[in-house]
Amino acid sequence: MLYEPRAPSAAGIGLRSLRDIGGAFKSAALTALVALGLFSLLIGERTDQGPTGALVLTPRLEVLAILVAAAFVGGLVRALVLGRDTAAAGGLVPHAAREAAARIGGLAGPALLVFALATPLLFYHNRYLLDLAIQILTYVMLGWGLNIVVGLAGLLDLGYVAFYAVGAYSYALISHASGLSFWICLPVAGMLAACWGILLGFPVLRLRGDYLAIVTLAFGEIIRLVLINWQSLTGGPNGIAGIARPSFFGIPFSPGENGFANVFGLEFSPTHRVVFLFYLILALALLTNLVTVRLRRLPIGRAWEALREDEVACRSLGLNTTNVKLTAFAMGAMFAGFAGSFFATRQGFISPESFTFSESALVLAIVVLGGMGSQLGIVIAAVVMLGGFELFREFEQYRMLVFGLVMVAIMIFRPRGLVGTRVPSVFLAQRRAIAGDFVREGHG
Amino acid sequence: MEYFVQQLINGVTLGSIYGLIAIGYTMVYGIVGMINFAHGDVFMVGSFVALIAFLLLVSLGMTAVPLALVVVLLVAMALTALYGWTVERVAYRPLRHSFRLAPLISAIGMSIVLQNYVQIAQGARVKPLPPLIQGGFTLISSPEFSVQLSNVQIIVVLTTLVVMVIFAWLVANTRLGRDMRACEQDLKMASLLGVDTDRTISLTFVLGAALAAVAGIMYLLYYGVVDFFIGFVAGVKAFTAAVLGGIGSLPGAMLGGLLIGLIETFWSAYFSVEYKDVAAFSILIVVLIFLPTGILGRPEIEKV
Repeated sequence: MLYEPRAPSAAGIGLRSLRDIGGAFKSAALTALVALGLFSLLIGERTDQGPTGALVLTPRLEVLAILVAAAFVGGLVRALVLGRDTAAAGGLVPHAAREAAARIGGLAGPALLVFALATPLLFYHNRYLLDLAIQILTYVMLGWGLNIVVGLAGLLDLGYVAFYAVGAYSYALISHASGLSFWICLPVAGMLAACWGILLGFPVLRLRGDYLAIVTLAFGEIIRLVLINWQSLTGGPNGIAGIARPSFFGIPFSPGENGFANVFGLEFSPTHRVVFLFYLILALALLTNLVTVRLRRLPIGRAWEALREDEVACRSLGLNTTNVKLTAFAMGAMFAGFAGSFFATRQGFISPESFTFSESALVLAIVVLGGMGSQLGIVIAAVVMLGGFELFREFEQYRMLVFGLVMVAIMIFRPRGLVGTRVPSVFLAQRRAIAGDFVREGHG
Repeated sequence: MEYFVQQLINGVTLGSIYGLIAIGYTMVYGIVGMINFAHGDVFMVGSFVALIAFLLLVSLGMTAVPLALVVVLLVAMALTALYGWTVERVAYRPLRHSFRLAPLISAIGMSIVLQNYVQIAQGARVKPLPPLIQGGFTLISSPEFSVQLSNVQIIVVLTTLVVMVIFAWLVANTRLGRDMRACEQDLKMASLLGVDTDRTISLTFVLGAALAAVAGIMYLLYYGVVDFFIGFVAGVKAFTAAVLGGIGSLPGAMLGGLLIGLIETFWSAYFSVEYKDVAAFSILIVVLIFLPTGILGRPEIEKV
């Protein structure tokens, strides 16, 4: 490639930057013009239902003006600051810094685990924080489950929430019908979800990456629509209420004679159940993590990762790709089923509302932001996402908008997520983390 | 029999709308090889732009419906095309050399953005529009059931036909169409032979969005209500249509759209309305499993 050497003379630089500024203004003006076109009708006029029921327009020109001005300034900043040498600026983190980050990363896992174990003790009197922690852990577990499918096996699953729904409804229906305890219903619900995973997976796993994604999306929607319409079984849009709450291995969390507090000689407090739920979901999430980490060292886990990197090569080496995909699907579905059971027993009420596509998108965003394949990254991503949602509660209206923008931005600026390194499962002499940028996934 | 004919008419009308959206999917998939997940929402934006443009015209005192419709059509096509262009420029172009699933994930993000943007800007409530075009013909009248062909249905089908003919001519006979076909066959080779691929891809999105805008207006006229969520289901159905017809094939998209429209209408008429979306989604799964190349598609050869 021809490379024009930069003239170091002051006059040359001055001229160049002058021209740069002119160009920047031009491109910013263009950005503003596009923004004006985009927002002119949808922002500039608001439609409301008038007193007669017909729509009336209310102009909102000031909002439009602010947005266009913002686009102009944004375009200017982008052209002036980010316009030059982006290639040199990004991507090249010094080797030493990366090494240090890796060393800290090694300690972060255990530290987080200790923190998680201590959370109920630290925040015993803060019910709000405990509930948030339980919610975050549920998503960490879902993220880890989906990570098996997306991160390890490289299959994009847009209908993951379907298995979550299957788990929740299975638990609710079985425990309603049979009155069996949580500890029996949980594995049954997980197995049912895994069966659904196999049932779906069997026909569709021959499909290519993005076709597979759309089919899983369709499957997720079918499950939701059936849940809404099969009134006699699922209660339709009203859902199922009065689901059995978990008991401490048979001892209920009630103020009565045989309640948890009485048996252990404590004063009754509703927080006991919350703390128990916290440790329950922590244990379930850690189980997911443990299984994933162990499976990565077994032939099946290695097959998943090989499949992600190159499906054609896998097939040439004699792997039965359908079976490999199927196990990944079933595994992921099973953990979603566990998480679903937990969700049902925690809420005591479930309805199809909780299992929409945006839920799937949220879990997927957690996995993607976490770096697709990194267990620690998913924890960080879940904390960032759900913590962010809570922090900006007042702006709830804008929450999903920002969420979508973040998803696009991650793909553009950090396609490998927050933890963008890959640690190989199989290595020759030394285990070395490599930047995700060096890993190119093949077609599959 | 009369009932059947009526459903046939309804199905063809609905199918025309799906076909127009499906073209956007099929063109983008043919050239860039990605599922433009946000395309359904671009369609939704198109119908909102049309709604507001129409209300604006009425408030400015334009009452002649045919003239207003033409103006609305042009405005909506132009603005929606701008949306299509922006989406490609912002969310897809930087990812052209990224890893395989990146564009799809980015497209999902864009779809969420568009939905919530319209929800915030225009509110979550359903927007009704009084019927603009009234009247129609009674084709067959019998004591039990008379078959109606409304003027709206005629306009929807005719507009679709006209737009399709113009579009087919564009692809077959213009420089842009030739570039598009070249890019569809081999993006790299086309760029080596002097086709400005970035520009062609941009224009593909622009054209797809403009067609989606036409579909949006037709939807608005036919149903009389829009809300910010119509893009999701319509998008999945139109994608199903594109796959059913054979992805990458323009006549296939139209054929698939018609088939999906007919299947959905007949399913609702003879089985159950509640499960009509389930039927559409199931068709998608069944088609992808048993007929992944679609009716008019070419088999995809995987090169190592």
